[in-house]
Amino acid sequence: MQSLMDQFFNLEIMAKALPLMLSGLWMTAKLCAAVIVLGLGGGLVVALANVSPRRWLRFPSIVFTDIFRALPPLVLLIFIYSGLPFAGIEISPFAAVALAFLLNNSAYYAEVYRAGILSVGKGQWEAARSTGLSQTQTLTSVVLPQAVRNVLPDLLSNTVEVVKLTSLASVVSLSELLYTANMARSITYNASPLVLAALIYLVILWPVVRLVSRFQRRLAA
Amino acid sequence: MVSRPMLEIVSLQKCFGDNVILRDINLKVAQGELVFIIGPSGSGKSTMLRCCNRLEEPSGGDVIVDGRNIMSGTRRDLDLMRLKVGMVFQGFHLYPHMSVLNNVTLAQRKAMGRTAEEAKARAMDMLERVGLAHKADAMPAQLSGGQQQRVAIARALALDPLVMLFDEPTSALDPELVGSVLAVMKDLKAKGMTMLVVSHEMGFARETADRVIFMDGGVVVEEGAPDEIFGAPKAERTQAFLSRVTR
Ligand SMILES: Nc1ncnc2c1ncn2[C@@H]1O[C@H](COP(=O)(O)OP(=O)(O)OP(=O)(O)O)[C@@H](O)[C@H]1O
Ligand SMILES: [Mg+2]
Repeated sequence: MQSLMDQFFNLEIMAKALPLMLSGLWMTAKLCAAVIVLGLGGGLVVALANVSPRRWLRFPSIVFTDIFRALPPLVLLIFIYSGLPFAGIEISPFAAVALAFLLNNSAYYAEVYRAGILSVGKGQWEAARSTGLSQTQTLTSVVLPQAVRNVLPDLLSNTVEVVKLTSLASVVSLSELLYTANMARSITYNASPLVLAALIYLVILWPVVRLVSRFQRRLAA
Repeated sequence: MVSRPMLEIVSLQKCFGDNVILRDINLKVAQGELVFIIGPSGSGKSTMLRCCNRLEEPSGGDVIVDGRNIMSGTRRDLDLMRLKVGMVFQGFHLYPHMSVLNNVTLAQRKAMGRTAEEAKARAMDMLERVGLAHKADAMPAQLSGGQQQRVAIARALALDPLVMLFDEPTSALDPELVGSVLAVMKDLKAKGMTMLVVSHEMGFARETADRVIFMDGGVVVEEGAPDEIFGAPKAERTQAFLSRVTR
């Protein structure tokens, strides 16, 4: 029992690993910020193209969302990081991870937005257009606010997925939270840093997951 | 000089694919006139109304509002034209995420370019007119259907339209709420608004309409004063329709 505690919940070792892991957490935060902010923006652009009446906008958007939802993000990441150099394109680990997960997540966010936009009835469009609002004004003032409200739980859920996904960045040696925890593990010959990393993910994401459930219940009511 | 009609529909045609809905509609509505439109379900009443602000794109013909052909012009002209042609829908379609006041100010600010203060003042006037100034801060979901429809009317009126189109404005309402909406429409007519109304409220038509139009098969079958159409319809199809709905 004692050895189990020593191996997994050794507070001394956790304390020693903490500075390194905080720098890892900071990296994770930067990565999440980039992927979430750009993904929310990029996803919206892709979704708008997707609901457009113009085929030349709709078609590429459908191809984009199909491809990047079907491709495993890890495959995409390794391809961008290790494959592109064969084409003479060198890219930093951070940029590779951000790009790979951005492509993946814009596709998912786009699908969520699209569902939201389609959930707003035709009557809303017609009422707004009949008062002289342009297509763009109708979209920004009338449709999108309702669309986003209708899919808020899904947007949040997807954001949780982004945070979890960033732990894959450890495979290209980007020193994010999981990578630093694993490094601490190999230095200390002790699993406690990994447990600490798991706890940090849990503490950050658990409230968000709770929030999603509450939103879902409220929307269902 | 003869006063030109406020709204003129000339040889209007509309088909959906092979399905001809409006064959050849001609109609002139004078300034301040209330024209009431009846016809069987599927006869194209809504389609005709929706062609008058190009929510539905006509397949042929012209619609002229205050002397301007709405079929020509840029996209911006189309939006400006829509300010002049108010529309009220069966399903109200208020914006559920905005207060009543913001519902009424939105297009004033964004499409007309009024300042927030101007828009608010105008909105309060219009809400006053439909008897709902005290609900300015309410959300649409907190209002009854009749109240929502009156807000929708205020929303259209706030843009200073020249013509108002009503597509079955009371059909979605509980019977006890119909009166409040019809009262607002009567008041509008009394104040000189030009109105095109599709509805089943025959009592309202007898009292308020200047002219009644019976549509069927994509054409205007018969038109006349309410007493003529309801009292002594000439066309067989009008007789058959009226005997069905007024039984
Ligand atoms: N977007 C559309 N695409 C195809 N057909 C349509 C469309 N809109 C209307 N129609 C058809 O056009 C015909 C006329 O419809 P419309 O709604 O104008 O009739 P209406 O006279 O208003 O009927 P109601 O009294 O039931 O409201 C119907 O047969 C309908 O199915
Ligand atoms: Mg109709």
